[in-house]
Formats: sequence, structure tokens, C-alpha cells
Amino acid sequence: MSTSTVKPTKPWAATPRDRAMMATSVGLAALSTFLIVAGTPLKGKLAYFFVFFIAWLAIDSFFVFSKAGIKGVRNGLAEKLTFLGALIVMMAVASILWSVISRGMAGLNFAYFTETMRNASIFDPIGMGGIAHAIVGTLLLIAISIIISVPMGILTALYLTEIKGKASKFIEFLIQAMAGVPSVVAGLFIYAAIILNTPLRPSAFLGGLALTILMVPTVTRTAQEVLNLVPQDLREAGLAMGATQWKTVALVVVPAARSGLITAVILGVARIAGETAPLLFTVGTFDAFNFNPFVGQNSALPVIVWGGLNGGAAESIQRAWSAILVLLIVVLIIFTAARIFSKRAMKK
Amino acid sequence: MSEQTESTTPSSLSAVAAARADKKVAGTSPLGTGLEARGVHAWFSKHHALADVSLDFSAGTVTALIGPSGCGKSTFIRTLNRMHEFIPDTSMAGQVLLDGKDVYEPGIDVTKIRLQIGMVFQKPNPFPSMTIGENVLSGLKLAQIKTANPDELMEECLTRAGLWAEVKDRLGAHAGGLSGGQQQRLCIARALAVKPKVLLMDEPCSALDPGSTLRIEETISELSKSMTVVIVTHNMQQAARVSDYTAFFLSDGGPGQMIEVGPTNEIFSRPRDKRTENYVTGRFG
Repeated sequence: MSTSTVKPTKPWAATPRDRAMMATSVGLAALSTFLIVAGTPLKGKLAYFFVFFIAWLAIDSFFVFSKAGIKGVRNGLAEKLTFLGALIVMMAVASILWSVISRGMAGLNFAYFTETMRNASIFDPIGMGGIAHAIVGTLLLIAISIIISVPMGILTALYLTEIKGKASKFIEFLIQAMAGVPSVVAGLFIYAAIILNTPLRPSAFLGGLALTILMVPTVTRTAQEVLNLVPQDLREAGLAMGATQWKTVALVVVPAARSGLITAVILGVARIAGETAPLLFTVGTFDAFNFNPFVGQNSALPVIVWGGLNGGAAESIQRAWSAILVLLIVVLIIFTAARIFSKRAMKK
Repeated sequence: MSEQTESTTPSSLSAVAAARADKKVAGTSPLGTGLEARGVHAWFSKHHALADVSLDFSAGTVTALIGPSGCGKSTFIRTLNRMHEFIPDTSMAGQVLLDGKDVYEPGIDVTKIRLQIGMVFQKPNPFPSMTIGENVLSGLKLAQIKTANPDELMEECLTRAGLWAEVKDRLGAHAGGLSGGQQQRLCIARALAVKPKVLLMDEPCSALDPGSTLRIEETISELSKSMTVVIVTHNMQQAARVSDYTAFFLSDGGPGQMIEVGPTNEIFSRPRDKRTENYVTGRFG
């Protein structure tokens, strides 16, 4: 046996010349950026960023033209603009995260997670009281919304994709219309329909109902999309073996779409987790723990944020920022748990 | 262009078919009276896709359906196990008799029909959420049948489909990791697990390499000892190798029709219809 003397190479990788060109264009772009910003009224970080990007686009296009002609320039421009788009979105998300984390951290302490505002006011110094009651309230609201809207949404999606009944068109239209309902209207609806007309008073349950109105369209439409992606072949394979449609859907279609259906639930939770307006008249506010979703007003993290910012004092605003951070953490934990759960289910 | 020299001559195909006919001892297995189509028509909304097909599939035989694309072969076999009706806005006419009983009789339990007339599809379609073993036994769960010894049944079906040796050590692995040919044999094993009397195969080898095709053809020969097989194929050598009877379908722009049916070696050596001859000699199609 002769040992192989061929070394693996990457002939498509950037050559030293390519790298030199890249460095030159970045250098020239940086230089011209400084000159332009210094010589014109443009000021600030954003100005540097955009001037640099445009200068780099132009200079690099020139190099690309010398190597690959006008087609290469077009291809390169499309690639760079796509990159710019992604970069702007990333910057927006990163700056939101950064401001929430940097401003929220200051208000976090152990008590913030374990205590309620029962014996404290939002104007008290940071360290007194906490928002454990609002974490409980938000978890209750999310749980109630999931319990009601996930079965509703997935069953509706199954009706639209599997049964394709006569009412499909009309239901699709309704779902689309529902997706456009402003969240405050969902809250007003529950208020007008239930709170004004029945002895039921604001509670986590009624808030959950309002959030359900917002969550159902998201869950339904996402579930519909993923169920439509299940190949028709699989349904036919099930039916061709003498299964009823119910058995085919339960044992073949839904398992095949499982991870997509989990995504539908996650998107649904994402839709409602930060909602404030519909909770104002359906949940009310409460400063202590209320573990009973059906009786008594409750609290929710977005409502705490709203109240804190409205308070106007330094302490209350600090509490609001910290509550936003806690909300982000809670949502992140829910999403991660859902993903781990779906992976486990896949492996089994 | 000399098409004659390029294409397979009828005599070589019929030789293959004749050799096969010699090996087979006719009428050895009492498997019921088989499947019979009487005057079957099929429509896709207003489009008349298939007209007046009558075909008798005797029990324990292999029948190949050949013909150019769009001639209604697949539509025809989908009427046999009542899969045709799953496409929205379709209709049909005629009778399909399984052991003398019309499968389209009002009030009949469709799921029982499909249990007796199994199907293997063109593209391998194992269930992605199930393991290899679960796929084989999925029919039992889907049709809610109890079995005394599932492990034995699993081994039997995989052996008959010619896959046991390759997968016996990884029955718990996901079916998606198998090659295309293995997946198709898994689908055959899955179809066998519910013990059908008839197996319909819709171009089962069209997506497979020659090696896998050969394995599946061996499987078909093995299966024909205990069941009736109907196979749609575009590969005339395959029809000659595996089938006892061959039916030729053709559409002349209108609905697809069955032009001719007969013992396979006769269809390939002395077809009665000029159009059949043109097709099997490779003059068109």
C-alpha cells in the first residue's frame, strides 16, 4: 500500500492577492470616510458607518470589476446589500438587548425575584420589594393562553389542511381578519362582553382569554403552514394501509410536523408575552401574589413596566427596566424549554 | 437515426419473458379468485382520464401495466384500492371486484378494502417520525390490528422484502438514514405487514439504481407465490422479467385506454395490435 502524498487543498479559497485587494479596499474606504466626515457636516457614529459602507461598496466594486466584470459587480453588490440588511437588523436587536441589559441589571437583586410589592411602593429605594407576583401572573397568563389557544389553533389548522371542509375559505378569512385585530381591541372585547355583562371581575383567566384572541391566529397560521409541508405521499401511505383519516393524522401527519408545531406554539407565546394594553382592563393590577387565576385581579410583567415608566421617578423607571429584563429572561426560558422538549420527543 | 438498432428488439424481451414463464408453475396457490376490473372509467373533474378498462388479475399472478406517461396506468391502479377518490373533485365508473365482491359497493368499509389491497408508491415514503422497526409495524397501529408476535412479523416482512440482513442490527434507527433502495424495500415490508391479498406497485423502481431494482424484482417474484401483484412500470425489460401478464395502455389525446393484454411473452413477441408493437419495439414512447 502506498501512502497518499496528496495534500487536501482549497483552490477556491482567497489568494494572498485577493486578501491584499480586500485590505486595500477596506483601508481606502476607511481613509475616504474620515476625509468625507471631516469635510462635510455629517457627524456621529451612524454617519461613519454609512459613509464607510458606501465608500467600501464603491471601491470594492471597482476591484471586483477588474477581476470579474460587470456581472461580478452586480453579484457582489447584491451580496453586500443583503449583508447590510442583516447587519442593520442585528444592530437594532443588539441595541435593544444592550439597553435592556445595561439599564435593567442595576435593579436586579435577589429580592427582586422573590418578593412582591405588597409592602413597598415603586418610589421606594431599589432593593425594597420585588416582582415575583408579576412573574407568577405572567406565567399564569401564558399558561392559560397556551391551554386554550394551542388546541384551538392546531385543530383549526388540521381542519384547514386535512379535512378541507366547506367552511375552510371562510375560516381562513376569519383567521386572517383576527390576525389584524389590534391588541387593545381584544382586551376591550373581553371587557365589554364579559366584565360588563357578567358577575366575572378582572382576573388572570379573563386576561388569558383576551390574549387567546391574539394567539389563536398566530398558532393557526403557523401550524397550517407546517402541516402543508408534510408530503402528501405520507398521508397516502397511511391511508393505503387501511388507516382511517383520524389515525393517519394522529400517527403520521402530526408526528411528522411535530417540531414545526412546537414552533407555532413558540411564535404564539412570543406574540402575547409582551402584550400590555389588553391586560389593563381584563387583569387589573395587584401588588401581592395571587395564585388563583379565576378570582381577583392579578399582575403581569408588561403591566409592571407600564406602571413603572408612568411613575416617572428614577426608582420606578429603574424598576420598569428591570422588569423588561426579567420578561426577556422568562420568555427565553420558555423558548429554550420548548426546544429541549421537542428534541427529546424526537429522539424517543 | 437508426432506432431499430438502438432499441431492444422484441425477440430479446420475449425471450426473457418466455424464460420466466417456463420457470413458473401456473395455478399452484389457492388465493381466492383475485382482482377484476370491469369497465373502469376515471375522471379528474371534467377531464376523462381513463376509459372502459376491463382487466382480470388472477390470484397469484404478476401483471405489468406499461405505456407512455399520461396514459392512465397510475390512475387505473389507484381506482383499484380506492385511492383515486382522495384527489379532490374526481369521479369514476365501473366495478372493481375483489374475490367477486365490488369494492365500490355502497356501505362497504373502505379501510378494509385498502387493508386487502396494499400499495407501494413511486417515491419511497417511509414515515420520518418512526424508526425502521416502527415503520414495518406501522400498518398494524394505523389499521388497529393486534398481532400475537410483532417481532416475528417484523422479521418475516423484512425478510420477504429482502431487507432483513441489512437492517436487523439497527431496527431502532430512523428510516431516513436508509438509502433510497432500502427505503423502498422498507415500504414494501410495511405494506406486507398487514397481509394484503393484492399488492399494487406504482413504478416502484423509477427512483432507484439498478442494484436496488434487481433486489425489488427478486422480491416481487418471491411475493407472487402468495399474493397478486400489479406493477406499473416504464421499464419494458422489467415488465418482461417480473410479470406473467402485460397490459398496454395508451392515450391518443383522449382518455387513456387499455389497448391489449396478454401473457407477457406474447405481448413482447407477437402483439396483436400495431400500436403495442410500435411501443414494445421502441418506435415511440
